[in-house]
Amino acid sequence: MSGRVLVGVKRVIDYAVKIRVKPDNSSVVTDGVKHSMNPFCEIAVEEAVKMKEKKFIKEVVVVSCGPQQAQETIRTALAMGADRGIHVDVTGKDYDNLGPLQVSKIMAALAKKEEAQLVILGKQAIDDDCNQTGQMTAALLDWPQGTFASEVTLEGDKMKVVREIDGGLETIKINTPAVITADLRLNTPRYATLPNIMKAKKKKIDKVKPADLGVDITSRLEVLRVDEPPHREAGVKLETVADLVDKLKEAGTI
Amino acid sequence: MALREGALRLNLLANNRNFYKFTSFVGVRSLSNNVSSKPVTSSAIETASDHLIYTQEHFALKESLRKIIDQEINPHVDQWEAEGTFPAHKVFKILGSAGFLGVNKPVEYGGLGLDFSYSVAVSEELGNIRCGGIPMAIGVQTDMATPALARFGSDELKKEFLLPSIMGDKVACLGVSEVGAGSDVSSIMTKAVREGDEYVINGGKMWTTNGTQADWICLLANTSDGPPHRNKSLICLPMNLPGVQIARKIEKLGMWSSDTAEVFFDDVRVPCKNIIGQEGMGFTYQMLQFQEERLWAVANVLTTMDIIIQETIQYTRQRKIFKQPVLYHQSVHFRLAELQTEIELLRALLHSATALYIKGNDVTKLASMAKLKGGRLAREVADSCLQYWGGMGFTSDVLVSRFYRDSRLISIGGGADEVMLGIICKYMDTLPKK
Repeated sequence: MSGRVLVGVKRVIDYAVKIRVKPDNSSVVTDGVKHSMNPFCEIAVEEAVKMKEKKFIKEVVVVSCGPQQAQETIRTALAMGADRGIHVDVTGKDYDNLGPLQVSKIMAALAKKEEAQLVILGKQAIDDDCNQTGQMTAALLDWPQGTFASEVTLEGDKMKVVREIDGGLETIKINTPAVITADLRLNTPRYATLPNIMKAKKKKIDKVKPADLGVDITSRLEVLRVDEPPHREAGVKLETVADLVDKLKEAGTI
Repeated sequence: MALREGALRLNLLANNRNFYKFTSFVGVRSLSNNVSSKPVTSSAIETASDHLIYTQEHFALKESLRKIIDQEINPHVDQWEAEGTFPAHKVFKILGSAGFLGVNKPVEYGGLGLDFSYSVAVSEELGNIRCGGIPMAIGVQTDMATPALARFGSDELKKEFLLPSIMGDKVACLGVSEVGAGSDVSSIMTKAVREGDEYVINGGKMWTTNGTQADWICLLANTSDGPPHRNKSLICLPMNLPGVQIARKIEKLGMWSSDTAEVFFDDVRVPCKNIIGQEGMGFTYQMLQFQEERLWAVANVLTTMDIIIQETIQYTRQRKIFKQPVLYHQSVHFRLAELQTEIELLRALLHSATALYIKGNDVTKLASMAKLKGGRLAREVADSCLQYWGGMGFTSDVLVSRFYRDSRLISIGGGADEVMLGIICKYMDTLPKK
């Protein structure tokens, strides 16, 4: 066992920013907008660092796919305690069209190359809400998956994962190597302390291209249009239930 | 996008964090339309490579500090303002553990040994705290009560007072101003008379930020009978010594969450080794850090002014008057543009003064100019913006009224406007000759 964990982190528009759609409805405005690490990716990094602190694993390698700015996100993870980073350089149109399938292929290739024991990802990104990369990565590697994890325990060469599902909690036991996707309650990410932020400067970030990993990132999807959600119309206050029934009949909904 | 709202809401429920909600006027809306509790300021620069003084590390520092502010400080500000104090030991411990209290302090005592531009970055980020009292209290801990100790104190003294202050285990306060001496530091009356191996201290201090909860005070006292600029010394005084009396907590117009004390010293005995550096050099030591104190104060208020402008824009955009948003009236958006322009000018002055300072230059003139402008601009921003909030601006429910009260202090404390003007005139050589 290499004792190495691969963590994928995504640079997304900060959750507090008010999103605006571009006038040509092609996508959302990203220029000059505050970006940060996807919150579920933060939780993934935290889990990996915790495992290292408990000495269950030896090295945390952080991966991000995107243009130069992706390195900022990697640095944040390094400041949280990851050991080194891999920046997969994807720019321009390729980056716009980069989706879960492409990222999973990259993650799978890196997991093999780095001989990772574990791949931890956030369950989904808050910009596209795909919730696919973890599952696809596991399938490509033919590894077990523990998705929506709210608790992960290493037990020898197996892993116990408590999953958050619609009906409650499900506990499964899977073999390693495996893919885990982090859900909200898995942990509370630590603050990157200032000493660690300064130490992160010295940690290594390798830069590779998808082609170097033998990955074809052509997209099979074409985004046709992006629209804002419809504006909430004003409601009407009604006096009695009878009025409500009448209104609903009028609107043709019953 | 749905998950963005969900994540935010779940975050609130699961982790019991109460983000300050700006929803009270806009009513209940779907979160995507909601004005966030952290308005994105217009001055955020994405790339570190072009910034005059900040590198990627500075931005990483700000991001991390911002998280601490959002999760550990801002949710409690309203309560602390109402209570008239905040738990300094608790808050300082959180900041100290993350390394934010010793940014420019020596590494041997737990600091990070970084240059002043990092302190400015910290101060700017602290401006995101939704009151003036807590940043002020932190500023006293990091850049008013401790710099002289860090520079001139003995190793033993630094171990006892500086190290725990940087770790956030001990709360510090500064004892310089007195009831009869504020701007005129040289006329302080507190005396420390030598008796063998001890100093016996008699007198009192005023306007002591953190005074009711501090573990030690950095005290400026007269230690000899010489000329007023050369007879004072700085002494590290534990606040629990017999004879130290916290006379009262002062009720103020603003800065409510910061406890400000009047302290009396009645035959307080302290070992002579508690003196910082050389006897008689206290006045000089304290003067040396004025440039940093002033730039720090400006950095802080710049961020808060940005926030006030953004919140005023958001409020006036949805508040209708005579069928159109208040913001659409030219006098309103033009005035906000004027204010934002002045804020950027002050920011430019701050950053260029900081850039010069970290290269080893004396920036007394620029720092004094920045402090002067900072205090006055904050009052203008507060006053103009409050007007646009109308009746709501006059209530305690909004940030602008708190800012109006808190910001008034800037022209008074940390070097009054008149003192700044005197310094600038000295450099311009326009003062009357003796």
